[in-house]
Amino acid sequence: MKRLNRKDLLDLETASAGEIGLILDQAAAFREVASRPVKKVPALRGKTVINLFFEPSTRTATSFHLAAQRLSADVLDIKVADSSVKKGETLLDTVATFEAMDLSVLIMRTSHAGSPALVAAHSKASIVNAGDGMHEHPTQGLLDLFTLKNKYGRIDGLTVAIVGDVLHSRVARSDTWGLLKLGAKVRLCGPPTMCPADMVGLWPGAPVTVTHDLRQALEGVDAVQMLRLQLERQQRFLFPSTREYSQHYALTSEKLAYAKPGALVMHPGPMNRGLEISSGVADGPQSAITTQVANGVAVRMAVLYLLAGVEAEG
Amino acid sequence: MAERLKTVLLQAADIDRALTRMAHEILERNEGGQVALVGIKTRGELLAKRLAVKIAGIDGKGAAPAVGGLDVTFYRDDSALRSKPAAASELPFSVEGRTVVLVDDVLYTGRTVRAALTALLDYGRAAKVQLAVLMDRGLRELPIRADFVGKNVPTSSRERVKVRLSEADGEDSVAIFDGPEGA
Repeated sequence: MKRLNRKDLLDLETASAGEIGLILDQAAAFREVASRPVKKVPALRGKTVINLFFEPSTRTATSFHLAAQRLSADVLDIKVADSSVKKGETLLDTVATFEAMDLSVLIMRTSHAGSPALVAAHSKASIVNAGDGMHEHPTQGLLDLFTLKNKYGRIDGLTVAIVGDVLHSRVARSDTWGLLKLGAKVRLCGPPTMCPADMVGLWPGAPVTVTHDLRQALEGVDAVQMLRLQLERQQRFLFPSTREYSQHYALTSEKLAYAKPGALVMHPGPMNRGLEISSGVADGPQSAITTQVANGVAVRMAVLYLLAGVEAEG
Repeated sequence: MAERLKTVLLQAADIDRALTRMAHEILERNEGGQVALVGIKTRGELLAKRLAVKIAGIDGKGAAPAVGGLDVTFYRDDSALRSKPAAASELPFSVEGRTVVLVDDVLYTGRTVRAALTALLDYGRAAKVQLAVLMDRGLRELPIRADFVGKNVPTSSRERVKVRLSEADGEDSVAIFDGPEGA
């Protein structure tokens, strides 16, 4: 596969293994760019990229911004507080305004699942979903796959545990879709309120299992992704106390010992140290957490380049 | 495929002889200087590796020059040709203050070399940059010339020059085909 045959990146659910493989290969070339004294290539010179964020985000917005800059695109960050959406303009009108200024790529973060898809259907620009509600966060999924592939040389045949508030996590969904497409097995783990047994119904027939026991989830896995515990969920009675949650679901060195020796520890950030992950593990030799951040820039460069920098066939 | 073989320009022994001569010329030009060979991916890199072995053999002191591989896809100005995925570049040495010999298989419009020069600058300031090509087919669109040439053959833009190297293609040959580039 030489190019993505799509205008937008909205999810990994509809991405093919070939498309994901192409993005990961391309990301490897961009990771090398990051090691140069001048970390910038002219591939998107003259193109305009807009970061439209309706939810607060530091790392994803920064990562996309850096990725666009390192491709020499002109990049604008628009936070919702500054935008006309606050003045009552509809989302589609806002995007039409951007488009009138020759927008190439619109990166969107919103709390409403499906709104990037709505915009994509009405816009000639490429739309990249940077997280929409509880739906997907495809570039996070891709960077997790890239991190795993760099460590193991493959994804096929790996077993990966995803632990925490799986039900409300767009990261967990994108990770799971991506891992399954590339031939990995997935174990989802969390308290029943956050990881109900019937979640497997989202992936009928696929090698996905649900457990509420962290030890069972970790037994013999190649890697574990620890999700961030969103503390506001406690107000909705999804877990009784942070202390109890921690006792059952925090990744500590003792718990990590159940995984394969050297198993990779991932976390999409930002971390609640001592809550879902102990500092010993987060800063330990098996942690890939800062590598994930570095890989995020390379993967986002690959996505922007493949969507906006490569000519369509014909 | 509309393309049709016209002439085989170089066979394995010719390619080897040309590279030996180029290795001598590179040494002669850069006497005492430590050159680094940077091949433009994919076949330029293979040629750079072969040249390094030859230079080490001739030099007597036995130290092979440093070899790197440069992918220039992100730097191309002809975006239609940017339609294939880029490979990662590997320059396992600093170019700062060094003499760098860029190596490619065919010199044609000069646009690839222009892109390679821009890419190389992003790694640091080389003291000198020279250009070695196995085959110069003319038809330049930019003010670029090679310092070391295996073979000069004037061609037409309706022809296609194909370099095959055993490491990538199973055999060594340079041949001209009918049919324009990219057809």
